Amino acid sequence: MSVDFFYPEYEIVRDQNRCISCRVCERQCANCVHAFDEASGKMYADDSKCVNCHRCVSLCPTRALKIVKSGNTFKTNSNWTNDYMKEIYRQANSGGVLLSSMGNPADFPVYWDKILINASQVTNPSIDPLREPMETRTFLGKKPAKIERDCDGNIITKMEPNLELALPVLFGGMSYGAISYNAHASLAQAAKSCGTFYNTGEGGLHKDFYQYGTNTIVQVASGRFGVYKDYLNAGAAIEIKIGQGAKPGIGGHLPGLKIVGDISQTRMIPQGTDAISPAPHHDIYSIEDLHQLVYSLKEATDYQKPIIVKIAAVHNVAAIASGVARSGADIIAIDGFRGGTGAAPTRIRDNVGIPIELALASVDQRLRDEGIRGNISVICGGSIRNSTDVVKAIALGADAVYIATAALLAMGCHLCRSCHTGNCNWGIATQKPELVKRLNPEIATQRLINLLNAWEHEITEIMGGMGINSIEALRGNRLMLRGIGLTEKELEILGIKHAGE
Amino acid sequence: MSNKKATNEYQAKYAIIGNSAGAVGCVEGIRRVDKEGDIILLAAEPYHTYSRPLISYLLLGRTDEQRMKYRPDDFYSANGVQTLLGAENEVLEIDAAEKRLRLADGSTVLYEKLLAATGSLPFVPPTKGLDTVANCFSFMSLDDAQALAAAISPESRVLVVGAGLIGLKCVEGIAERVKQVTVVDLADRILSSILNAEAAEVVQRYLESRGIQFILGDCVKEFKPNMAMLQNSGQQLEFDVLVMAVGVRPNTALLTAAGAEAERGVLVDEHCRTSLPDVFAAGDCTQGYDVVSGERRILALLPNAYMQGDCAGANMAGQAEVYKNGLALNSIGFWGLHIMSAGVYQGEALVESDAQHYKCLFVQDGRLNGFILVGDVARAGIYTNLVRTRQPLDEVDWPLLQVKPQLMAFRPAERAQKLAARPAASSDLEQQKGDKA
Amino acid sequence: MKRVYVQEQWCLGCHLCEYACAFANSGQEQPGAGGLDMSRALQGRAINPRIKIEEKDNISFAVSCRHCEDPVCQKSCIAGAISVKDGMVHIDQNKCVGCYTCVLVCPYGAVMPAESGQVMQKCELCTERLNGGTPACVAACPNRAIVFEER
Repeated sequence: MSVDFFYPEYEIVRDQNRCISCRVCERQCANCVHAFDEASGKMYADDSKCVNCHRCVSLCPTRALKIVKSGNTFKTNSNWTNDYMKEIYRQANSGGVLLSSMGNPADFPVYWDKILINASQVTNPSIDPLREPMETRTFLGKKPAKIERDCDGNIITKMEPNLELALPVLFGGMSYGAISYNAHASLAQAAKSCGTFYNTGEGGLHKDFYQYGTNTIVQVASGRFGVYKDYLNAGAAIEIKIGQGAKPGIGGHLPGLKIVGDISQTRMIPQGTDAISPAPHHDIYSIEDLHQLVYSLKEATDYQKPIIVKIAAVHNVAAIASGVARSGADIIAIDGFRGGTGAAPTRIRDNVGIPIELALASVDQRLRDEGIRGNISVICGGSIRNSTDVVKAIALGADAVYIATAALLAMGCHLCRSCHTGNCNWGIATQKPELVKRLNPEIATQRLINLLNAWEHEITEIMGGMGINSIEALRGNRLMLRGIGLTEKELEILGIKHAGE
Repeated sequence: MSNKKATNEYQAKYAIIGNSAGAVGCVEGIRRVDKEGDIILLAAEPYHTYSRPLISYLLLGRTDEQRMKYRPDDFYSANGVQTLLGAENEVLEIDAAEKRLRLADGSTVLYEKLLAATGSLPFVPPTKGLDTVANCFSFMSLDDAQALAAAISPESRVLVVGAGLIGLKCVEGIAERVKQVTVVDLADRILSSILNAEAAEVVQRYLESRGIQFILGDCVKEFKPNMAMLQNSGQQLEFDVLVMAVGVRPNTALLTAAGAEAERGVLVDEHCRTSLPDVFAAGDCTQGYDVVSGERRILALLPNAYMQGDCAGANMAGQAEVYKNGLALNSIGFWGLHIMSAGVYQGEALVESDAQHYKCLFVQDGRLNGFILVGDVARAGIYTNLVRTRQPLDEVDWPLLQVKPQLMAFRPAERAQKLAARPAASSDLEQQKGDKA
Repeated sequence: MKRVYVQEQWCLGCHLCEYACAFANSGQEQPGAGGLDMSRALQGRAINPRIKIEEKDNISFAVSCRHCEDPVCQKSCIAGAISVKDGMVHIDQNKCVGCYTCVLVCPYGAVMPAESGQVMQKCELCTERLNGGTPACVAACPNRAIVFEER
């Protein structure tokens, strides 16, 4: 037997002066970290099983618990970091691909944090959103390039189908399977209540959620799970998922063990079979192929629904976006490399793709340069963390943003990045009934609504400060942004000036 | 309440004879329906309504005369009830045809509706020499308890005749205050009216461990002032204080003299009406419907008295209500050992026992007929409810319920009904409500 | 009237309600003590809460007094110690003699002896607490399985 020991990354510190041995931590930990010792009447913890999800910390009624980073370390080495060494050991032991969840946690620049927002002073005065109307409504879809008239000279008002959002924020795609029924229910209800949309991901649409169809974006991905006519017609828009920021170029694999009951029905595959999403769509090898799928879907839905094409932000994203805009799609969604996932190969997650800020700026610029910006709306995603990220994204050229990780956090996720274990203690990224029921949609829905309401308040406040009273007027308004600590090249790509300029 | 002369001619819409649970239930039943109609309440005991079963706790020091009042001091005035309490107000005669009561002092009461809740009387078997015993007591009323308390001392040797509920509660009440307690009963076991032999044995052992002596299967042939001669063993027992607690009899004389139909108790229908027009009865004096057997039985229990009174009151006030799910129920404890019983002991007996605990469930035709619990009595009401509602056991997880009473054993929809629906009534009373129509 | 309702589909069996109840009825709550007062009140003690969890396999739910509109415990109490006031069923522990008749009749199994064993206790909707308001079990439930509402 080989030596295969990892000192736990985290240590659970229990204040015995506070602990009342109520055993809540024990009952709530799906990883079986905590245990009660009858003999001493005390609680003990096995740190090695802890994923640092904070369920126990959050529920401990006497605040007796905290989780701290272990001080155990290998000899300091800036090249061979502790993490890289452990990963070697792990792979030497298993022979397998390293798996991770959620978004890229590595220390790459976050451009949002290097961009500053303008405000009005004296001239073009700021607007008080409590006194003046503020328009946060946003329409996604093709916009007419010019006014057209019929033979009698009347203006033709028939528009291409557009999505109407009360706020330029949508919930990003997360499949039923990756997240729980209750998480889906919460997203659907919150989207409906807030006048926006949630996205099925590629897992199909559970029959219980057809009622939220007017606030649903249904996804068609490479596995085509759960796709049929009623599904396509159930949603308000259809999203063709080409790629995902967390794992560009990679397919997905939901093990057969998780394809049970409702999941099997919703995905329309037999129970127990692996759900394999191929890396590419096997019918798309060109923009022309994409065009065919876009129009197939439009045909299937009577040209009533906008088609979204979602791609990962990769090196030549601008050119790809240009192609997508010409494929007939109404909306393009670009997912940055910090976007989350239920499971991805660690190496891919942490090394493939580019930051959404740079991708967004270059896409918007390219579409403008080519005169086709009005042909397509742009949604950006991949780690939008707060309302200023939203404002900055819109000023960089996005029509709206997808939030998914933020939505999960609102529902209770603590970013322990253990989704792939299926043991989510917060009832979000799991299908185990006893864990799923930990997420009461009544609570989670309200928290999602609260989050969007809070962001809306902040967005209107910030817009008012800039003297801008509509999202329309903010979109692509890069003059409202300044970079700080950025190189000439970065500023050039972002299309913004440096602070002080 | 003020116009008190030598004799009076009272008149009231409602008259109530008695001042215990049945009477109080009746007042509350009337007032649920009729807030106005005048009520007159008559009792020979001069006290505000008090709880008779509490007299043993009074001796134990667990309650006192103020706290053992069954309702607050202002209960009758708050409910607009005129009370005529005391020996002079004892009702001597019911004239059901004239709807008139004749009282001991010659006064009369004209009523429209009458409730007789006359309770029960101690049964003292005629025994030779009993009249020679100076310190001889019953244990039924506050007066009895006070007299007994005054008679005992740490040196007293007490003989209790009767190992039933009353006798043994008396024993518990006085045991710590006297030198020695001996209990004699003709039955071969203690608490023979509520326990089977095995349960009785567990309880008897426990009581013996507390120093109580039992002589069972025997009775007193003859009393001398401080001595009891036993019939079977011929044993002679010396005592200082004698408590006669052989049993009680329904106090039906008043009603039967007026012509009410009676067996051992006065027969009442499901509205708690007697056979006399506009005369209702409740409590120990009655024989009302027993939900388990469907027959009319004497259920001399305080809860039953209250519920009968409550039902009678509502009916007297003009609202047709039904009470036919009475059942035998006893909860009694001695120094921390709790004993419960309910229903009737017919059917297959499912027993679980060890030295300190005993449990016996009686199941017949897929229904729980009754049970006996000694020791672990937690949540027994869940069993009681099964007896009372006659719920078929195939609707519940019976093996789980056999382990212990728990709501988990009910179907999810029923659990939701119990826990998440607005509780209109305790579910065991729903049947009664439903029957109203 | 507001009552405590239990929705078992959301009960996690965490038992926090029991501890919150035990603490709320310990008389040792100190506003703003941040859980330290709970430690002081409950450490090293077996609790005797008025709300209790039943659990089996993955099903769990809390049971406490339902405050019946027509309470059989009140009708059955031999001491007249149980009353209904403003819809709330109340045990006067000063009058209670601990005969357990309420235990024998409560169809929910929601009445139990207090620690002394000599008087009975059950949920009184935290009306005896200093702060009143939302019952402690409801406030402590992390998943809204126990709610306090008008129905």
